[in-house]
Parts: sequence; structure tokens; C-alpha cells
Amino acid sequence: MSGTALWAVVLAASLGCYLLKLAGLSVPAAWVDQPWVARVVDVVPAALLAALVVVQAATAGNDVVLDGRLVGLAVAAVALAFRAPFIVVLLLAGLAGAGVAVLSG
Amino acid sequence: MSSLARSATLRDAIGLGLAVGLYGAAFGAAADAAGLDVWQAMAMSVLMFTGASQFALVGVLGAGGSAPAAIGSALLLGTRNTVYGVRLVPLLRPRGAPVRAATAHWVIDETTALALAAPDRRLARLAFVAGGATIYLTWNATTVAGALGAAALGETARAGLDAVVPAAFLALLWPRLRRSFPGAEVQRRVALGGAVVALALTPVAPPGVQVLAAAVAVVLAGRPGRRRPGRRDAPDPEPGPGEGRS
Repeated sequence: MSGTALWAVVLAASLGCYLLKLAGLSVPAAWVDQPWVARVVDVVPAALLAALVVVQAATAGNDVVLDGRLVGLAVAAVALAFRAPFIVVLLLAGLAGAGVAVLSG
Repeated sequence: MSSLARSATLRDAIGLGLAVGLYGAAFGAAADAAGLDVWQAMAMSVLMFTGASQFALVGVLGAGGSAPAAIGSALLLGTRNTVYGVRLVPLLRPRGAPVRAATAHWVIDETTALALAAPDRRLARLAFVAGGATIYLTWNATTVAGALGAAALGETARAGLDAVVPAAFLALLWPRLRRSFPGAEVQRRVALGGAVVALALTPVAPPGVQVLAAAVAVVLAGRPGRRRPGRRDAPDPEPGPGEGRS
């Protein structure tokens, strides 16, 4: 994607997100207190984040690719299970990913 | 209001703002990894200022996703803030279009949690403003630091950064999967469903679209009108603007 196209994405999404915030302060509460809104708000984050985990860790374009990212993810999962702080989780995952890159040349 | 309650409110707001800073650095690095330059990363934190949407947008772009898929993912996550706004109106009572327009920009997970947790309306406003200001400044400063830091990395360190991005998404997802999270069972099924759909669509869908499709599929799979036991009106007070950890 070109720099101009990236800017268009950044600005359009920013404007849209701002309007969603403004809508909450501006429209009657009954418009927002809808079952479908509640459903979206409740389930979208988990679905989207889980999809992003998989796509970022194990794919490249249309291919499933297994590399150091998956090792980093496994390390991160263990760290999270032990309730490690966010920064520690990221550092361990990064070290694992870099380590695999070094070992595999 | 007592000065004790006031300083406790300020302490919570500022403490949360500082904790959120780490997530800003992770966002800056993820934006760099996705091919955004430092100015674009900064523009997102200045203008969008809602962490989950920001992370989703760079996540989809990083996967090679199209503009509509990236924007769609950000907007889907942004719907949370609409609901927060409705909860905040009775507390903050923003009067007049300029005040409302300015207030809207800081309606995110953390400021909503801070305002809802405050013992009365005046403290709710204080918590919202102090939390919003602290988080806004910290989030933007650390975004720049993360983006510049990532841009300066060498080749081996870049391989490490590639592993940091999915780990960051997992860390954002993790609190929703914990047993203590309201409706954790539903959240786990949703997360598994999203992951399976995304992986299954990867070979056939245009890159990035599988992320948006996973979210849409999971929403459609829910039964219309069913009120989930795990539905929350207030977010966790932790961390990352807008995304909180979600």
C-alpha cells in the first residue's frame, strides 16, 4: 500500500472511530441499548484479537507459515499463564523469535 | 468533595495513565512492523486514540490486508466506545456542542472505567479529565518512542519484533479468557471460533479479510436478542486506550 493510501486508511478509520465515540454522547440512549449492539460489543474484541493472533503468528499472505513467531507466541502464552507483566511477556516473545532467527540462520 | 477522595481519584487516574504507556510503545512498534511510518503511527494515536482499534488496524495492514478490511476492523472495535458514551452522558453531562465534541475524543475503556468507579458525579468528571489527559499524553509519547525504536532495529531484532506483535495481541486477549472474566466461557468459545475461521480462510481470502470475516462470523453465530450472562456495561480499568486489554 502506498504512503498516500496508508494515510487515507489512517484518517478514514480515525474519523470513523471518533464519530462512533461522538454518537454515544449525542444520540438517545435507546438507540444504542440494542441487543445487536450489546452482542457486537461483547464478542467482537475476543474474536478479532484471536484472529489477529493467528494471522500475525502463523500466516504470510495466503500461506500458513510456521516460524519463530509461533515459538515466541508459545513463550508468551506460558509467561501470561504465570501472570508475567505485559512488558516481560513481549520481551520474552521477542527474544524467542530473535533466537529462532539466529539459530535458523 | 473531600480532598482525600479527590487525591485518591487523581492517583488512580494518573497511575492508570502511566501503566497504559507500555501499550503505547507496543503499538508504535506494531505500527512500524506493519509498514506505517512514524508520522502515521503518531497520527493514529493523536486522532484515533482508542487502543484496540489502533492495534487492529495495524494488525490487518501488517497481514497485507486491504483498506476496507483494516478500517472495518477498527470500526467494529470502536463500537464499544459508543456504548461507553451512553453510560457517561448522565455522569459527565457534557453541555454544548464544543464540550461534547471534545469529551468524545477521550471516551475509551480506561476513562469510562475511571468515571464509573468514582463515588460521585464531580469526582467522575475529575477522573475522566485527569485520566483522559494522562493517558492521552502518555499514549502519544510512548507511541513515538515505540515507532522510532522499532524503526532503528537491525535484522535479527526485527525477527524478534515479528514475534512481539502476535504476543501483544495474545496479551490483549488473555484477560478475557481468564476464569474471573464475566462470561469467560463465552469469550473462550468466541476466541476459538475467531481463530479457527481466520486460519481456515487464510488460503482463500484476500490477506487481512479473514480477520474481519472472523469477527463478523462470530457475531452472526450468536443468537439474536440473546442477552449473554457475560455482558458488561463497564470495561476493565486496564490498559491501552480503548482497547484496554480487549
